[in-house]
Amino acid sequence: MDFAFSEEQEMLRRSAREFLAKECSPKTVRKLMEGADGFDAAMWKKIADLGWTALGIPEQYGGVGTFLDLVVVLEEAGRVLLPGPFFSTMGLAVPTLLEAGTEAQKKDALGAIASGDAKATLAFTEPSGRWDASSVALTAKQAGGGWQLDGVKLFVPDAHTADYTVVAARSRGEGEEGITLFLVKGRPKGMSVKPLETLDMTRRWCEVRFEGVQLDPEAVMGTPDKAWPRLRRALDWSTAALCAEMVGGVQKVLETSTEYAKTRQQFGKPIGIYQAVSHKLADMLVLSESGRSATYYAAWAVDADAPDRSLASSMAKAYVSDAYRKVAGDGIQVHGGIGFTWEHDMHLYFKRAKSSEVTLGDATYHRELVAQALDL
Amino acid sequence: MDFELSPTEKAFRDEARAWLTANAPRDGDGAGDMKAFIDSRRAWQAKLYAAGYVGLTWPEEYGGRGRSFMDQLIFNDEMIQAHAPDPINVIGLGMGGPVVIAHGTEEQKKRYLPPLLSAEEIWCQGFSEPNAGSDLSGLQTRADDKGDHYVVNGQKVWTTLAHVARWCMLLARERKETNPREGLTYLLVDMQSPGIEVRPLVQITGDAEFNEIFFKDVKVPKSQILGEAGNGWAVAMTTLLHERGTLGLALATRAQITAAELAERARKLGRGSDPLVRQKIAQHTIEARALQLNGYRAVTAVKRSGVPGPEGSILKLMWSELNQRMTETAMDMAGSGAQVGDGDGWKYQFLRSRANTIEAGTSEVLRNILAERVLGLPRSR
Repeated sequence: MDFAFSEEQEMLRRSAREFLAKECSPKTVRKLMEGADGFDAAMWKKIADLGWTALGIPEQYGGVGTFLDLVVVLEEAGRVLLPGPFFSTMGLAVPTLLEAGTEAQKKDALGAIASGDAKATLAFTEPSGRWDASSVALTAKQAGGGWQLDGVKLFVPDAHTADYTVVAARSRGEGEEGITLFLVKGRPKGMSVKPLETLDMTRRWCEVRFEGVQLDPEAVMGTPDKAWPRLRRALDWSTAALCAEMVGGVQKVLETSTEYAKTRQQFGKPIGIYQAVSHKLADMLVLSESGRSATYYAAWAVDADAPDRSLASSMAKAYVSDAYRKVAGDGIQVHGGIGFTWEHDMHLYFKRAKSSEVTLGDATYHRELVAQALDL
Repeated sequence: MDFELSPTEKAFRDEARAWLTANAPRDGDGAGDMKAFIDSRRAWQAKLYAAGYVGLTWPEEYGGRGRSFMDQLIFNDEMIQAHAPDPINVIGLGMGGPVVIAHGTEEQKKRYLPPLLSAEEIWCQGFSEPNAGSDLSGLQTRADDKGDHYVVNGQKVWTTLAHVARWCMLLARERKETNPREGLTYLLVDMQSPGIEVRPLVQITGDAEFNEIFFKDVKVPKSQILGEAGNGWAVAMTTLLHERGTLGLALATRAQITAAELAERARKLGRGSDPLVRQKIAQHTIEARALQLNGYRAVTAVKRSGVPGPEGSILKLMWSELNQRMTETAMDMAGSGAQVGDGDGWKYQFLRSRANTIEAGTSEVLRNILAERVLGLPRSR
């Protein structure tokens, strides 16, 4: 057993950190956050040139590098709150393509993603905001030799910049039975995307409407009505990937807050000398390290196709969702008044913690999945 | 990153599993007659030792097996999966042996380690005093230099196994210094020496798991100094490092089992459909798993760099607080019924777990350690 990243992966981490420090400073994050679509094509090009958009994609589709390499980069991306569709493309769309896509879809979409030519996302949630199978209601009907989609997807990350949208639709029945996945290229007639004004403006959520959208039969991913088991597996990959991004944020908040506690003076002493502050930071460290352990294991289990891959990713998401929110909140507290200002970056992490918490299921949802796995 | 065991690790696990299946008695904590309990645990350790499963990571020349920490971890897991009881010499194996290996002379290693491993000699730890708990360097037990020996006077408290121990790791003050961490001497005291009185200390469970030790003009030869005279603080710190590290790893696996027992209890009591119970048990299970994974990361860090990572210091803090929450949930699930009789065994655990956040470093002291030594925050004292 060896529970650490390889020397090559640690090198990748160092170079990613260096690149992001330069290219994705807090100033850049704020500029993108306040911009129209929260996305910078020039930065995407640089990211693709580094090969990050090829990570976790098999070689035959133009990929280079493993899922665990991607995890390393996602952690660094979460550390700087990288805006734009990196997570939605690599963490949400790629796993569904790998798990459910046809050979032709993989060649086309994964190839375009790996080369940096395309960005993608997964349209799963609807107004209920739930991540379970029974929440999928957008209808897919066979029509004119192909399919017709009608309905609304909500809270879809980065749909406004996506070149490919993977859509989970209800083709019949209820629950896990009768879910069909579609790969939608571009914006066919009847599909409209509207970015929403959200709490966490470093990551755009969109409303995606389908009104009589006609798709070719080739748009179906895998077998009609039978997508759930493949989609469920894809969500395990996505969950581990999101947790990696989250623990990067947790670590950054811990470091920033620790540094502040060492320098900020009150009563003539650095505030970190007071146990009311230092013990809070110690608890943040426990949450950070444990979240990291749970996440790395989930990433390994998903990648190695271990029998507990779903359980491991649910455990990680439950733990890290709570941990990020708590740590980001305590980070504000340690900073005092300055931590509550717009000018300070702490609120950006607090907001990212909240948006990540509900994405792919919150802690309560994943604890319930764990309870089911325990045969409770 | 790879969680598969190597072929040799797998072979060791299979061998240990088969042996434990054939030989392990069932665990039975906190019940029955104390003498019978001690005798059975002593016999169990002797049997484990004869089979080569005690002192796995200790050097072979002193009776150990010279194996890796990974093997120790594998064996811990197998012990717990088999519901096998702990060996009797928990203090000696967790602290005494490692500190003798780190600071002892060649002669001391040869003298003390083999009988410690075989459970012929049981060890106890004489650090805490009525007026020196977390502030250990404030201890008042004296070791007066009388040429070729010391004369020890004072009182120690919370001493597990003192009533059956042959050796006590005693921290005593040889001389007063401005810095209270200087002038302390670490002695290995023969518990059969004249002038030692051991009194049982009944705890909130009603058992007397701890003792008080009174030292009145106890002669201790200078050959019994561990490390250097006057430099006992460094030796004591090694002891505590092992206490939290090695024990922490064992506890991490134990938490997994406790969580599984909670799920079993919920099913038995028909509480499995209560969403709050489901959430709580899932949360405990997740935390127990995170704790175990922290332990695995710590072991990998030691294997790679030779230096324990921050994960190691976190284990004991996490486990003690988690264990309290788990026993509370176990009690909550059965309502009033949990308080009657032995509460399906949980009543003892519920009470005993209150000591978890005090013994082997209070949670407050452990948070200080994390804040100061891992995060580098300024010292509060």
